[in-house]
Amino acid sequence: MSTDAPETVSTEPEPERGRYLAVQQSAEFAGLRKALRGFVFPATVAFFLWYALYVILSAYARGFMNTRIGDTHINIALIFGLLQFVSTFLIAWYYARYAARKVDPIADKIRHDLEGGAQ
Amino acid sequence: MNGLVPLAAEVTSSTARTITITLFLFFVAVTLAITIWASRQTRNATDFYAGGRTFSGFQNGMAIGGDYMSAASFLGIAGLIALYGYDGFLYSIGFLVAWLVALLLVAELLRNSGKYTMADVLAFRMRQKPVRTAAAVSTITVSIFYLLAQMVGAGALVALLLGIKPGQTFLGMDAATAKVGTIVLVGALMIVYVTVGGMKGTTYVQIVKAFLLMGGAILMSIMVLAAYRFNLSTLLGDAAAASGKGEKFLEPGLRYGIESASALDTFYSKMDLLSLGIALVLGTAGLPHILIRFYTVPTARAARKSVLWAIGIIGVFYLLTLALGFGAAAMVGSANITAQDKAGNTAAPQLARELGIRYLGGDTGGAALLAVIAAVAFATILAVVAGLTLASSSSLAHDFYANVVKGGQASERQEVNVARIAAFVIGAVSIVLAIFAQNLNVAFLVALAFAVAASGNLPAILYSLFWKRFNTSGATWAIYGGLISAVVLVFFSPVVSGAATAMFPHQDWQWFPLSNPGIISIPIGFLCGWLGTILSGESDADKYAELEVRSLTGAGAH
Repeated sequence: MSTDAPETVSTEPEPERGRYLAVQQSAEFAGLRKALRGFVFPATVAFFLWYALYVILSAYARGFMNTRIGDTHINIALIFGLLQFVSTFLIAWYYARYAARKVDPIADKIRHDLEGGAQ
Repeated sequence: MNGLVPLAAEVTSSTARTITITLFLFFVAVTLAITIWASRQTRNATDFYAGGRTFSGFQNGMAIGGDYMSAASFLGIAGLIALYGYDGFLYSIGFLVAWLVALLLVAELLRNSGKYTMADVLAFRMRQKPVRTAAAVSTITVSIFYLLAQMVGAGALVALLLGIKPGQTFLGMDAATAKVGTIVLVGALMIVYVTVGGMKGTTYVQIVKAFLLMGGAILMSIMVLAAYRFNLSTLLGDAAAASGKGEKFLEPGLRYGIESASALDTFYSKMDLLSLGIALVLGTAGLPHILIRFYTVPTARAARKSVLWAIGIIGVFYLLTLALGFGAAAMVGSANITAQDKAGNTAAPQLARELGIRYLGGDTGGAALLAVIAAVAFATILAVVAGLTLASSSSLAHDFYANVVKGGQASERQEVNVARIAAFVIGAVSIVLAIFAQNLNVAFLVALAFAVAASGNLPAILYSLFWKRFNTSGATWAIYGGLISAVVLVFFSPVVSGAATAMFPHQDWQWFPLSNPGIISIPIGFLCGWLGTILSGESDADKYAELEVRSLTGAGAH
């Protein structure tokens, strides 16, 4: 059924297909999966809820959102919006740091073993 | 009605016309030169589809910025903030936060496991023909919605630039003819960029445009803020006063979630706000023209780096939309904006004219800055339409022609030739459709594209990457279910008929109350994907192992 056979022209040596299942079931790969999912799933839930809170407050908590800060024209709605920018930058920065330290080394090792083993 | 005495206005518009046309022709000449240079570097299918995968993370980050910050961002959001105040800012926030979905869940895994198109990942462990057909249909639908928005923006811009008001003519063309002429011109240029330059040419056009757009937006924002001595509160206060709506202008609720006497209308309006919010945040990671950008870098790590750069540049730009939008509200005024374009698409260039008059020596300065910003806006539009056309023609050629029609047996040359022909066809179709959509705000039109992408593409992408059990039936159900429900709901919404601002204002077949379908169609997409999967017994543990290992480690990546 699969017609992607002509597509497997690659610059890297191609690991044998049968080996993937073994790698997938290895403890090392489970650790990689856990390192990645352990960060990206909770982070996704967190920023989504935080964003949803902002949208829902904009729709249903007008009194709160319209509160002005001191005697300026800046209100909580604007601050909340700007905080979404701050949280986006922070999550992106923190993910990059986390991935470089905890995810990339395991991924590199597994890839190296796989591609080395195929030769 | 633009606040100038008629004679000055005429001088202004003829100067602006000359400068804009000169600058625009200069931009076109430079980008065509890049395109021709790129075409000489384009030797095989990887060059055409993925720019040879040799761009750096920084270059691709800028190109993503250039691909993403469309007419909707520059013209549309500024216009919405200028006319409706705070509510326009919601778009800026949603468009930015959405990048976290791409960063955390999609970019790296897609780069590792795909080759040229979104469907490479969707069809990885599925039967190729049904999934690739569905993905091609969805890619083209999303891209055409998005293309419409850009071309409507171009049309609105040209009428302002040429200074054509209702009842006047330029070179024997009235405003309507000039708009149609521009839409055709933009369409023709994008076809040239894509067919000649492929992904390499398109990427360089997008990088150049990203710098131009950032430069223009930063310059204008500094001018606006300087006029208010860098006091945001004073700017907001002035914008609120000029809007005639007072403090309400700075609060949510003028455009979305409107509270009216009718409880039902209030309910629908608030649902529309939530629907828009969801579509914005979930749409980005389902946009085919954004997804294929991840293939232009050599590794998943470079893909990550490019998203980080993109988040940086896009975030700064969307912060500036506050200065642009509220600046236009305060310094141009909503009456002047709506007199030029009912949907507010010309607020940013009109603001440029005011700033030029103020800082650069009267009417000539105003004309000059208007011209520069208008040329930047045209560059913006051209870069985005090129990206969209490339995404949809790639999908038609690689997914539909090579893998469905030819069963994976097409030669690279045949595939690329089909992609070039497809670019012509898609360009022509969007030119025709854009002519009908001219009364709609471009940010709003793009929000519809986001809703369609979030409903039709995102569920299938996420299930593919993370759900072991997912299969062919689930993928086709997810794509068609999300896509059809989104498009059908838009068709029966007040956007298309039954309202004064609709595409067909004199017809009425509207029954769906929301103008953005996301809140219904996105869950339908996810639900269909789940249902289609469990109703089919197909499951391929070996292929999933291959996909998961390859996507997480980069082993065997193209």
